[in-house]
Amino acid sequence: MAEDRFILRCENVTVDYDGFKALNNCNFGVRHNELRVVIGPNGAGKTTLLDVICGKTKPVSGKVIFGDNIDLTTKNAETIAKLGVGRKFQAPSIYGNLSVWENLDLSLKRTSKGVFSTLVGKSTPAERARIEETLEMIGLGAHAYDRAGSLSHGQKQWLEIGMVILQDPLLLLVDEPVAGMSDKETEQTGRLLETLSEKQAIVVIEHDMDFVRQIARIVTVLAEGTVICEGTVEHVQADDQVREIYLGRAKVAH
Amino acid sequence: MPETMRSPQDSRETWPFYSAVALFLIVLPLLNVLPPEDSWLHLSDFRLNQFGKFLCFAILAIGLDLTWGYCGVLSLGQGVFFGFGAYCMGMYLTLQIGKEGVYGSDLPDFMVWTQVKELPWFWVPFKSFWAGLLGAILVPVLFATIFGFLAFRSRIKGVYFAIITQALAFAAWLVFNRNETRLGGTNGLTDFKQILGFRLSDPATQRGLYILTVLALIGAYLLCRWIVESRTGKVLVAIRDSESRVVFSGYTPWVYKLFVFVVAAGLAGLAGLLYVPQVGIITPAQIGVLPSLEVVIWVAVGGRGTLVGAVLGAVTVNYGRSVLTNYFPEAWPFILGGLFVVVVTMFPDGLIGIFRKLFSGGPPAPGLAVQKAQGGS
Repeated sequence: MAEDRFILRCENVTVDYDGFKALNNCNFGVRHNELRVVIGPNGAGKTTLLDVICGKTKPVSGKVIFGDNIDLTTKNAETIAKLGVGRKFQAPSIYGNLSVWENLDLSLKRTSKGVFSTLVGKSTPAERARIEETLEMIGLGAHAYDRAGSLSHGQKQWLEIGMVILQDPLLLLVDEPVAGMSDKETEQTGRLLETLSEKQAIVVIEHDMDFVRQIARIVTVLAEGTVICEGTVEHVQADDQVREIYLGRAKVAH
Repeated sequence: MPETMRSPQDSRETWPFYSAVALFLIVLPLLNVLPPEDSWLHLSDFRLNQFGKFLCFAILAIGLDLTWGYCGVLSLGQGVFFGFGAYCMGMYLTLQIGKEGVYGSDLPDFMVWTQVKELPWFWVPFKSFWAGLLGAILVPVLFATIFGFLAFRSRIKGVYFAIITQALAFAAWLVFNRNETRLGGTNGLTDFKQILGFRLSDPATQRGLYILTVLALIGAYLLCRWIVESRTGKVLVAIRDSESRVVFSGYTPWVYKLFVFVVAAGLAGLAGLLYVPQVGIITPAQIGVLPSLEVVIWVAVGGRGTLVGAVLGAVTVNYGRSVLTNYFPEAWPFILGGLFVVVVTMFPDGLIGIFRKLFSGGPPAPGLAVQKAQGGS
């Protein structure tokens, strides 16, 4: 069964920032069509983990196997993006001076993204339909022609999620999507991620425990660069080690 | 939902283009030819020629607006590419002087008094007009391709790129100043007599060159407008807004930067090639650090990221200079510097931004205009 296979396996990954081990012999796996939440105290290495997967940071040792046998640690960020790993950054990273439509259009997966094909390229009806569908999914249908820079914080986050999914990633990495969002926006974001996980594997990093409970099936707890616990929300919350180093001292867990 | 990629064009944005075309292509030449010379309507040959020079600067400015205004790549070395174009054409014009020079030699005058006995090899092709014409475009394009490839591929960006292009301008100035470069040293190339058999001193020739300059400017404008309205243009703005996101969207930003840098260099060469026969001289002083910086000021004053603003800025600032230097010759650098400071701090969208504000009654679009299809501002 395809669902049971891993789409991503991190094997003994270590990242060393001048002696500080942001990731220390980290082992981590995500299956096809899985929605995985990664939690952990500040400095646990959560963002570094995403950086390693998408090629922004190179580990000193270990492997990141994508699909059956592609080692991402040997590839650069552009290649990894083309292989099907999409990244949603923590702060909204959108094109503020372009319209919402143009933001999505540029992000759409196309066979060639060189200068000359974009110079003469026109959108096909299928491409436009795909953009419209995405606009509805991320709830920005009424804002297609607005300057992206004029959107609210929550809308910008959704726009960026829309931009990432238009690249048809097999694996979507999402870094703290609901930080700074209202309760209503948080809930909508949760539903959006659940819808998306029907088609692709998603790794979400999150601090907000209410949000984690809303979306999580399996939670991975990271501390000091290593996975210390993995399981359902209930299982993780009952774990003594997790309570001690994370839930015990952090206010977010109530 | 949009039918095409481009946002619907605001009708307000097209009339400045058509009125500018009508003014420069039809009204000014007619005012030069039709009214009698003592009429107040008459535009002197001198003034028409001066506008021709300003429009060459406008072509140069449009290229910088494409790289800086849209893509955020600030080049402080556009004068170098302008110089390559101007010198290529200048070499052709110099060889056209023939025996009409002061020394009556086949060699250019400056070679006679620097005791060069034979025409240097790189001068030989410029006996042909086509070498002058093609060289003026291809030399800057080729140079920009190599220079840009090395710089952009090494991920040199922002202020670092600006600094190396400024160093390039300084280096070019030094090289062109040397007599050993065989390009006339500090005196440059001048005393041109004819182009393709037409006397450059004849007002009709100058009128023809003026019309060609206007047509070249229209072509340059339409080329850049086509680029910025295509998806490539949107990628350029996207690179300016968030280069890392562009990488993760599957584009290779440095190739796009190289592309606009090369287009801008070609336009600078075109500007230089049209400038030389109209102004009649090209010297290193016109291609160094300061002239390259002035292009930035024209674009900033006119309004970045609008293309029309670059033309407006180049013509207004240079017209202002020609008027003001009559009255306060020493004060011009201070006026220019002051203008730059005022524009950057108070009117970041330049003259175009001010016009938009006046005509729409609303706030100007920040930085770059994205027209709305519905709602309005």
